[in-house]
Amino acid sequence: MTEDSTTEIIENIVRGEWGRVLSILASYTGDIGLSEDVMQDAFIAALTHWRTRGIPTSPRAWLLQTARRKAIDRLRRDTNFERKRSEYEILLSLEQQAGMEDMADDADLAIPDERLRLVFTCCHPALSESARIALTLRTLGGLTTPEIARAFLVTEETMAQRLVRAKKKIRATKIPYEVPGPELLPNRLQSVLSVLYLIFNEGYAVTSGSALTRTDLCDEAIRLGHMLTELMPDTSETRGLLALMLLHDARKEGRTDISGAMVPLIEQNRALWDKAQIDEGVRILKSALATGNPGPYQIQAAISAIHAEAKGPEETDWQEIALLYGKLYEFQPSPIVELNAAVAWSYADGPEAGLRALSTLEENKALQQYQPFYAAKADIYRRAGQQENAKNAYKTAISLTTNATEKDFLIKRLTETGLDVQSVIDT
Amino acid sequence: MQYLLMIYSANGAAPEYNTPEFGKMMEGYQSMTAEARDNNVFEGGNPLQGTETATTVRIRNGKTEITDGPFAETKEQLGGYYLLNCKDLDEALSYAAKIPTAEFGSIEVRPIWDMTAG
Repeated sequence: MTEDSTTEIIENIVRGEWGRVLSILASYTGDIGLSEDVMQDAFIAALTHWRTRGIPTSPRAWLLQTARRKAIDRLRRDTNFERKRSEYEILLSLEQQAGMEDMADDADLAIPDERLRLVFTCCHPALSESARIALTLRTLGGLTTPEIARAFLVTEETMAQRLVRAKKKIRATKIPYEVPGPELLPNRLQSVLSVLYLIFNEGYAVTSGSALTRTDLCDEAIRLGHMLTELMPDTSETRGLLALMLLHDARKEGRTDISGAMVPLIEQNRALWDKAQIDEGVRILKSALATGNPGPYQIQAAISAIHAEAKGPEETDWQEIALLYGKLYEFQPSPIVELNAAVAWSYADGPEAGLRALSTLEENKALQQYQPFYAAKADIYRRAGQQENAKNAYKTAISLTTNATEKDFLIKRLTETGLDVQSVIDT
Repeated sequence: MQYLLMIYSANGAAPEYNTPEFGKMMEGYQSMTAEARDNNVFEGGNPLQGTETATTVRIRNGKTEITDGPFAETKEQLGGYYLLNCKDLDEALSYAAKIPTAEFGSIEVRPIWDMTAG
């Protein structure tokens, strides 16, 4: 086996165990920062030891034991140690875990899963949104700081500072390391789910070209979604979110053509969609809906499932989609949801019905600078044969677009309508 | 751990004295304080007199400068505080959410730096 491939195998094993082991270390030490540091130490140790002596029977037990020893070493080396009562307590707790030494082959079974506590700490609303995202990817996903920095297009230094600040706040303000009680749980779970969805959307918004250098955040969010579903099997919205991410992600191959240009949903080549992943998403969605606790993620997943399972735009049940957007509006009363409902009606009952639905949104200030509003309006006017109105809406939409791929798409659309394109682009 | 809950609100945002809303707010303060006392987290707490009574002290170039007014003229001003001894931030935040002023003002929660430890 080559040096590189061995390193890669070790890296993958360690990453797979990262969140599990780190969460247990944090429960011993109550200190996420220290746990992360010794986890990194254990990873470096694994690279040398496993290369020469082979991969241990239980990598998890090996990593835990090594990291625990590294933590004891670090605390003992601390010259101010005598004065630090809290560190002494940590050391005591670590030494009491000595029973975990000399792990048997089935040691994994004896190691508890503390990741849920870690999730809730990392996604605590007292931390800034960007810190929650970074911390979740670092501690639970096992991504390195440079990887996270690249994914969010910030410098390594900025990302490192963000992580340090977050860990300091957890420690200084005593953000608890526990799963919140029943009265806090619904609220806190929302915070966790939104962190996962933000990670996913960050990955999804990237267009193919630049995506090559970025860690695949969609995969990472889905991995975390699987983990959360496993840890909280009874929460329907957790499964709803996982289904939503799987269904969106399954269609990613169809979103752009070979030149990288954007392809709208109704024109996508459905053969490019990942059928197995769609089936998985639908299965998870059904299990969530069966609990009878609908929520915004489940509804969005249901909409996505209708698109994903339809053979083509004509076979799509647009009326059901429009009704689902109406249902979503009850949870998220936003004009953007109304806009999506209007688009669905334009396919269900014809462009005129769509324009009627849109007319109630004309005066809405929140949409005045919202590019998708004008892009949707332009498309509906175009299909209704109202070329002049379409032209004006395209003009506004193009002026509000910053994404080059999207701009190209709108200009192409405008060209197809046979309108005077140049006059639109020039102004 | 001790936490300071600082109660901020804008002038005129609180219900007017002698209205049913004012009575409701005072009841809210009483019940929140009673709860904190009953649970032995209460260490102290008081309303402050208005910002027109504030005096700010700064030392610049070795000279003590005393100015009239609060340290910053912002819309929301510190109007009172609670000092609570809570097991963690979540407990402190749950008390902060029970302070009636949170409904129209803001409560800033900060841990007290324990100068006796290490």
